[in-house]
Amino acid sequence: MKNRAWYFIIPMIVLMSIGAFLPLMVVVNYSQNYIFAGSAATYVGLANFVEVLHDSQFRGAVSRQFIFTFMILLIEIPLGIIVALALPKKGFWVAPCLVLLGIPLLIPYNVVGIIWRLFTQSDIGVIPKIFEVLGGYYNVTLDSFDASSTILLLDVWHWTPLVVLLVYAGLQAIPDAYYQAAAIDGASSWRTFRFVTLPKLRSVLTLGILLRLMDSFKIYSEPLLLTGGGPGTATTYLSLFVARKAESYELGYASAASLIYFFIVLVMSYIAFQIITRIGKGGKVE
Amino acid sequence: MARIELKDVSHSFEIAEGKEKLEWAVKDMNIVWEDGTANALLGPSGCGKTTMLNIVSGLLTPSKGKVYIDGKDVTELSTRERHIAQVFQFPVIYDSMNVYNNLAFPLVNMKLPKLKIKEKVRKIAKILGLIDYLDTPTSKLNSAEKQKISLGRGIVRDDTLAILLDEPLTVIDPKMRGKLRRQLKIIQRELNITAIYVTHDQHEALTFADKVAVVKAGRLVQIGSPHELYSNPESPFVGYFIGSPGMNILDAKLKGQTLSLNGFKIELSKSITDKIGIENSECQLGIRPEEIITNREKTTGTIPFEVAIIENMGSYKILTLVRKNGSDRNLRIKTRVDIITSYFKGDMVYLEFPEEYLKIFKDNHKIY
Repeated sequence: MKNRAWYFIIPMIVLMSIGAFLPLMVVVNYSQNYIFAGSAATYVGLANFVEVLHDSQFRGAVSRQFIFTFMILLIEIPLGIIVALALPKKGFWVAPCLVLLGIPLLIPYNVVGIIWRLFTQSDIGVIPKIFEVLGGYYNVTLDSFDASSTILLLDVWHWTPLVVLLVYAGLQAIPDAYYQAAAIDGASSWRTFRFVTLPKLRSVLTLGILLRLMDSFKIYSEPLLLTGGGPGTATTYLSLFVARKAESYELGYASAASLIYFFIVLVMSYIAFQIITRIGKGGKVE
Repeated sequence: MARIELKDVSHSFEIAEGKEKLEWAVKDMNIVWEDGTANALLGPSGCGKTTMLNIVSGLLTPSKGKVYIDGKDVTELSTRERHIAQVFQFPVIYDSMNVYNNLAFPLVNMKLPKLKIKEKVRKIAKILGLIDYLDTPTSKLNSAEKQKISLGRGIVRDDTLAILLDEPLTVIDPKMRGKLRRQLKIIQRELNITAIYVTHDQHEALTFADKVAVVKAGRLVQIGSPHELYSNPESPFVGYFIGSPGMNILDAKLKGQTLSLNGFKIELSKSITDKIGIENSECQLGIRPEEIITNREKTTGTIPFEVAIIENMGSYKILTLVRKNGSDRNLRIKTRVDIITSYFKGDMVYLEFPEEYLKIFKDNHKIY
């Protein structure tokens, strides 16, 4: 090894192997066997994968997951930009605003789940009370629409601040001269946003979209604590589905499902990255 | 085309911040830029040049005073309403668009018909030498081309009365700097448009402008043609600031016809002392390095100095000379000598100060 840099990354490679690569290989191994707890494994080749792909429950979880992630991005990214634009740029209020926005980010996933469970509890929760006062009906344990939209709302509450902070940092980095030039060029405020602000936010938005995309694919603790994946399977997202299968000792099936799940996340992230980095790089605009 | 005038303009950033103690970024500025001229604002960093420029363009409203364009009071008008184009220190371009759309941007904002836009953009692109790049994404351009686009967006509008350039060459690669500077000058001439060029680089100012205003600490020090500033500085500051290296400024005492410096004397002719009309007073002697005659051999009337630093500047050398006079305040002086000469540290040289190049300053003003 001529390049001495290799010596420095060896510890990392070792750790990565123990922490990620070896478990992944174990999963790959499991996925090709029928395994029941306590009994020997039987090699079945790709049968588990075939079974997973034909399973309507798995397909349901995948489509639920895609809808969820799509909604997350559709709401959190624009909302994050709007809030970041509305934040004060300097002065006394900057620090209080940022701290308030940061609070949801500091709360662990499972605590968020519990907090929202209290919010939505049908006997003591504040949300059912509000609906009751307004003459509506709300029940997370019975109504699938209520359940899935509550998870969505919860995620928006929990993670929009991340987008806000990223965009806010990105906004601070845009030199004033760009806005001055746009003013001199007589650009309307929409055109200033469209052609100055948005292109300059490209890198932070790339980061924000990828983070939210990958993270929303991993959503687990919140639905587990809030709805337990129900009612029915209304909030059983991919990770919850895989965990359920593993809990019921269908290890081969769960491994195959989690590999497919892993592959989906990888492909989605790659596609998203390619799209964002290519949009509006020169070429004809009008 | 426009005649721009600042009248009694003062600006303090502290007023907006509500502070009691005011520091003036620009103070009592009175200046006129004539129609169609190339002008420069020259001064050290932080002297208020950019503040002045922003006051002219309308990005800043002055705390006091008025701005006139063609005799019309525009102090309260926005940048857009003043019809002024500004080129910033670093190229400001819309990087999600290609060159054509960048140049067309102001026209699209004005909602001009498509054909008209196309015609104008092509015309300006031709002037800027960007005609072959119209479809190129701006990310593929170098800094000089980008800077030309920022300028192009300003001049593409018919109603642009003046262009302001705020240190436009700062981030341009040194190789392309000279070329772009010449092109800016040519464009200014071709369009016959009033231009104000802000810089701390005397070379840029002197080559671009017909008229250079030297600014120091928010005040106008001297305004004149490059030649006037060079050969006739009104104050030691201008003498030192213009020229590279700057003028030698030496403390002196005038008594009768004798100018005594720290360690030697220069006899002045009567015509000079008559003009000055002051006897017995402290003053400063100014002389440019390139106007001092540096001799190897001692002759009558020459003054001995010791070579301390030799700087090779390519086509000439700059010598820093000291005259040791026992005290710790050694007299230092710079001279320019031919590149083929060979001097070494510690050599003795003998200087002559030709009388016609001597400048005499008193209380920061030229008295001769």
